[in-house]
Amino acid sequence: MLRNRWTKVFVFVLCLTPLFWLGWRAYRNDLTANPIELITRYTGDWVLRLIVATLAVTPLRKLLRLPDLIRFRRMIGLFAFFYGVLHFITYLWLDKFFEMREMILDIGKRPFITAGFAAFLAMVPLAITSTTGWIRRLGGKRWQLLHRLVYVSAIAGVVHYLWLVKSDIRQPAIYGALVGVLLLYRAAVKLR
Amino acid sequence: MLIGKASEYRYSEITPQSVFLRRREFLAAMMASGSAFAAGTKLEGVVKSNYKVDDAVNSYKDATTYNNFYEFGTQKELPAIQARNFKTSPWTVSIEGDCAKPRKFSVEEIMKLAPLEERVYRFRCVEAWSMIVPWIGFSLSTLLKQVEPTAKAKFVAFETYYNRKEMPSSNYAGIPFPYVDGLRLDEAMHPLALLTFGMYGEMLPPQNGAPIRMIVPWKYGFKSIKSIAKIKLQSSMPPVTWNLAIPHEYGFYSNVNPRVDHPRWSQGSERRLGEFRKRPTLMFNGYDEVAGLYSGMDLKKFI
Repeated sequence: MLRNRWTKVFVFVLCLTPLFWLGWRAYRNDLTANPIELITRYTGDWVLRLIVATLAVTPLRKLLRLPDLIRFRRMIGLFAFFYGVLHFITYLWLDKFFEMREMILDIGKRPFITAGFAAFLAMVPLAITSTTGWIRRLGGKRWQLLHRLVYVSAIAGVVHYLWLVKSDIRQPAIYGALVGVLLLYRAAVKLR
Repeated sequence: MLIGKASEYRYSEITPQSVFLRRREFLAAMMASGSAFAAGTKLEGVVKSNYKVDDAVNSYKDATTYNNFYEFGTQKELPAIQARNFKTSPWTVSIEGDCAKPRKFSVEEIMKLAPLEERVYRFRCVEAWSMIVPWIGFSLSTLLKQVEPTAKAKFVAFETYYNRKEMPSSNYAGIPFPYVDGLRLDEAMHPLALLTFGMYGEMLPPQNGAPIRMIVPWKYGFKSIKSIAKIKLQSSMPPVTWNLAIPHEYGFYSNVNPRVDHPRWSQGSERRLGEFRKRPTLMFNGYDEVAGLYSGMDLKKFI
């Protein structure tokens, strides 16, 4: 069933649903008293969710004996980057109004921005080299090594969220736990 | 779409839909409590004060659905939902400590001490957003004079009502409760420091700190303590909840200061709710008349 080509279309639409939902809420004028904050938080949330989903593909393939899940990993990863771009643009446009100097100062000054920017930067080469052509060019081994950067992105993303919240750390803690379990799984497989 | 155009109607001409839809509830609640001062009740005989900024007032909806009241949830939209049944009448405030006449007051008694004034203030949150709200109350000094502070009194400590059963979210907020805050006595006696009972012509709704709260417009919003149960005059500097929770980020004073950044929010500018561009933040939130309270103090140090 997972091999049916329509499943990819389904996952594609599924990954776009959060954006449609946001658009619908905007249309309904239902983005709270501070729409810009809501959009920032919302897109950020989906980056973390999709990073967790990408990281979950490998363990789930093994544990559920569904090797075909690999067909969706690149797409989910690219959608994580897509929401990352939206999140970054929201910040750059609506918070900094494209003032690069301000942005660079900000990255240096506010630790949670530093972490978030690092998480975003780490995703850029992964998105660029996500094509089959780049896998061939780099060779499987080197490509795989490079794509371990997603671990950096996941950890930096969680730290970014953790440093952002004032005191109620439940949300970042949940993402932290999920990322932690998924990374520990890999460490355990490696050590076995 | 995202940023709506300002309505051509003034807030005072509009009954917010939420209030309109709940009119029976309000009537029932008023009769049940036997009080004329339940949340949402229209306040009569309010005089317009000269304390009024010219900026456009934010909508009632903005001010009542975007709240930080951690006892009722740490997300902005939650207090409006989770504080809905918070019982704020009858309510007493205990005033104690270094004063000649300590005693308990009912909110109704306090409200009769002076004519109620409508003051349109800027409200600036430490999270770098702001709004313009027409508050109703009178200077805190009116109440403090009633109990006659003694010479020992140098500070005023405030405490928010706290009951874990009524405030289930408080378990997850990550800050200690009851919420406490404080002012120096001279800050508390400044006429701008507003003892507040209402907003937009009505008694405060629960999520905005009913039935009695402080509004200290030249300080970040969290200094404007909500749902006050206790006020104590004392000689020592009182503890402040956010300072207890994160000492390296919050001090005692927390004056609005565009030149002193917070680790998470640069304080040089702010987003007025409903506006797209950011505005520059003003020293003391534009209330320069308080500058004298801090003469000779290095405000980079006394945050």
